[in-house]
Amino acid sequence: MTDDARKFTSISRRAIVAGAGASLAAPFSFNIARAQQGNIKVGFPVPLTGPYGAEAQDQVRAAQVAIAEFNETGGLKGRMAELLVRDDKLNPGEAATRALELVEGDKVDFVVGSLSAAVQLAVNNVTKARKVLYNSISQSDTINEAKDFSPYTFHEALNPHMTAGAVGRYAFQKFGKKVVFLTADYAYGYEMVNGFQAAGKAFGIETLADIRHPLGATDFSALLPRIQALKPDILIISNFGRDQQIALKQATDFGMKKQMKIVAPILLYTGRLAAGAQAFDGVVGGTSYYWGMEKTTPSAKVFNDRFRKMHDGKVPSDYGSLAYAGVKTFLMAARAAGSTASEAVIPAMEALKYDYYKGPEYYRKCDHQSVQSVFIIESKNAPANDPDVFNIVATDEPNEANLRTCQELGHT
Amino acid sequence: MTLERTTGRPARSSAAFREAGALGWARRHRAALAAAVILVFPLIAPFKALAVLILVYGLYALGFNLLFGYLGVLSFGHSALFGAGAYLCGIAFVHFGAPWWAAIIVGAVSGMIVAAIIGALAIRTRGIYFAMVTLALSQCVYYLFYEAVGWTGGENGLRGVDVKTIDLFGLHLDFVDPLTRYYVLAAFVIASLFVLSRILASPFGAVIEAVRENEARARASGYNVPLVRFVAFVLSGGFCGLAGALLALHLSIVPIETLHYDTSGLVVMMSLLGGMGTFFGPFIGAAIFLMLENLVSLWTVHWQLIVGAAFVICVLFFPRGLWGTLLERLEK
Amino acid sequence: MNGLSLDLLGLQLFTGVALGALYILMAVGLSLIFGMLTVVNFAHGAFYMLGAYVGLWLMMHGANFWIALVVAPLAVAGVGLAVERVLIRPLYGRGIDYPLLLTFGLSYIIVELVRVAFGNTGYPVDTPEALQGAVDIGVGYFPLYRLFVIAATAVILAALWFFLEKTSFGLIIRAGARDPQIVRVLGVDVSRVWLIVFGLGTGIAALAGLLSAPLQGVIPEMGGPILAEAFVVVVVGGMGSLAGAAVAGLLVGIVVSMTSLFAPEMSRVAIFALMAIVLLIRPQGFFGRAGLMS
Repeated sequence: MTDDARKFTSISRRAIVAGAGASLAAPFSFNIARAQQGNIKVGFPVPLTGPYGAEAQDQVRAAQVAIAEFNETGGLKGRMAELLVRDDKLNPGEAATRALELVEGDKVDFVVGSLSAAVQLAVNNVTKARKVLYNSISQSDTINEAKDFSPYTFHEALNPHMTAGAVGRYAFQKFGKKVVFLTADYAYGYEMVNGFQAAGKAFGIETLADIRHPLGATDFSALLPRIQALKPDILIISNFGRDQQIALKQATDFGMKKQMKIVAPILLYTGRLAAGAQAFDGVVGGTSYYWGMEKTTPSAKVFNDRFRKMHDGKVPSDYGSLAYAGVKTFLMAARAAGSTASEAVIPAMEALKYDYYKGPEYYRKCDHQSVQSVFIIESKNAPANDPDVFNIVATDEPNEANLRTCQELGHT
Repeated sequence: MTLERTTGRPARSSAAFREAGALGWARRHRAALAAAVILVFPLIAPFKALAVLILVYGLYALGFNLLFGYLGVLSFGHSALFGAGAYLCGIAFVHFGAPWWAAIIVGAVSGMIVAAIIGALAIRTRGIYFAMVTLALSQCVYYLFYEAVGWTGGENGLRGVDVKTIDLFGLHLDFVDPLTRYYVLAAFVIASLFVLSRILASPFGAVIEAVRENEARARASGYNVPLVRFVAFVLSGGFCGLAGALLALHLSIVPIETLHYDTSGLVVMMSLLGGMGTFFGPFIGAAIFLMLENLVSLWTVHWQLIVGAAFVICVLFFPRGLWGTLLERLEK
Repeated sequence: MNGLSLDLLGLQLFTGVALGALYILMAVGLSLIFGMLTVVNFAHGAFYMLGAYVGLWLMMHGANFWIALVVAPLAVAGVGLAVERVLIRPLYGRGIDYPLLLTFGLSYIIVELVRVAFGNTGYPVDTPEALQGAVDIGVGYFPLYRLFVIAATAVILAALWFFLEKTSFGLIIRAGARDPQIVRVLGVDVSRVWLIVFGLGTGIAALAGLLSAPLQGVIPEMGGPILAEAFVVVVVGGMGSLAGAAVAGLLVGIVVSMTSLFAPEMSRVAIFALMAIVLLIRPQGFFGRAGLMS
């Protein structure tokens, strides 16, 4: 990112925090009962501090777009929506505390947010016990499973099974069958690997090794010589954020891109900007959204333009956009139901067929997983200031067959 | 070990107990006064969940202070005791269907068992090495729980510690209600305060302080110093394990972060902020720390700057902590 | 195991040495500061990070990597001098806990200030042009830049050894580490020595940070994990011992590298297990003097 872009970010961050602060000050002074009158409150815990601060700020921006649109179009019978931003510090304990604060103290109508598997499960555990609706906007397979799921739980984000499956179906037919996995040692990492394996069965892939690295590793050099010795067609790096950036950088330094194709389940837009073109060059991965699809998708164009107008010409990131859809679905369902009561909004959510920014989506009834398209993208060697960093090389259309079945998840 | 005193009581607290006047009265009834503060605390806390968190971390800091403040031993591995209490309480509840009160007992006992294991290994080392060995061993505990995914949920944390209602002496309490949850958990914290106060006022409490003030003299007086340190460590583990168990019931989850070394550092900060070696100081430290963090993080994402600065100022200008400094002023 | 060969083991060993190099640079500073000042510097990771960011800032403003490699450590050493003079000096004689806690709080401040100035998101740092690519070292190809890191560490260690063993100032430092009171009686201004040692240690940490930048990029939190690992190295090697830091640094690097080969997910805990074992058998570490700081 350039110097100017950097300044830009920090200025608007201050503005966001100031805005958030202003909206936070009020709830402390009085404890309003969750009345049908008054504003519709959307609690929004995201990791403003910590390594995903930039992502979280983008989530806030996108959520603000959804709130503004809802209020401009009359709200719910005149009731306006407001966003209560909280910092979950990327820590499940802190997130649970913030969720308790939002639900018990601020009496929010909905909770939307999170940017980690562990954090969303923590928030979900709090909200479901209190019958408050929660829409998770980060990836996890666990939250779909019967043990963690509740009727109050929605999952707007992709899940690892869908994402890895889509990327696998593209990569295995194109780059080869001999595969080595480099996987972060936690549930999200294993879930991604399982997704690839499930998709790989049809292609008869051969797994040469599944190498687990500790979460938050800063050096992969000790793992790379062995991977080179195995001579796979494809190296699948199933980790996230900074782990992924460092792994890609070091794999590039070790000259591995010349020997094999590198594939990652998710390529983050902000991560690609932060790590630069060199490390990501030629890497193929999946995403829920890339702003560049506005050329072909009308709803993406409308959303991007609105986002640019509200936020100084910036374009929305993938995880940011999920926040837009996560907030908007609740508000639209509430409008359709004519109420914010959980029991009234649930059926309205289940009935939604929406195309807010990326093409058609809907929530599957059994696990409230958003069925949607997955885009296969390839990082390109764009100059440093260019926001157009990916090519969309394929689209995995929305299809329930690409999800685990309701029985597999334990839903009856 | 013999606990009879051979010479006069060397400890500070014993002198304090003979003190006359208002301060002396307050010291004699320190546990009751602290309990009174805890009972009215929800009225002034910003929100109930934070009040409960302060209770939990306050108890954690009290347990840590038994070792750090009273015995003068710095441990950097207390997250292992706190986290083990939280996890085993949660595991007893989720996997074995234990009633909530039994799960709490399991948590406290687990804290003591883990403390006994770490203590047995580490107690031979001294000073900064003790801090480092406890840190290393707590990292091993972290890893153990991290890898036992089937029992602990691994990185996702343990979910489902959902206590919905509590039946007690014919009462039917709604544990999801924030205020009820506060007072149920407060009962355990208050009981701990009385137990801790009793321990500190006992001959053993005097020995602990004697070891801190002058180890050679304590040894010469016939005390088995390593055993004193060991017992204090295990007792500390009991309080910290209990605090962990209360955290599990409060949040209804156990995050893996409870075992992280940051959680060990946190309790050191809280104790120091409030005043180590004072009875209620660590509790005050936990309250100030969490409220400060809560307040500052509302208006800036750079809350760590303020917290870090407050900490540095405290070390430089209030080495006895805020509560400790206040007490010192009152004594004059 | 699938794909295991002698060449691979050799390459793995080399990787371990390269990893160990950074541990060593961090550990010598920590060890020096501890041995002299009896300060357990919890802000050492923050100085490491600061070195990388100062270097990054210089490179953003036109300096090349080599200039940054000289200027950034000097600048951070300057910060270190100020920290010792203003914040740590008042705490001497108040026990080992207070400087430890002060530097703990200080690390929060430094990290957060960097976040204010540079944002939360990291930056990539390209490997300098001349050191890109890999070379054949007999057992396989190895990144040139990592070889450079090993060489740079060797140079720093040699210079430190020369400074401590062959100069009169080094003599004072060694004497001061053994018995500060006698040195003071002999008319040496010990506080000036302590000041310089702290600056030296933080400068080397900053150098290590900048050296790591082309390997990992920079991020405000980058000092955390390496601080934990450097503590292990210092404790295993023996607090206050330079030779201990060098030997233990290599050992830890190789242990991490070898566990990465056979049980990669255990590589992080392996070093803590190593530390626990060493301390239980030999509480003062390999080269530490028994009884120090008990």
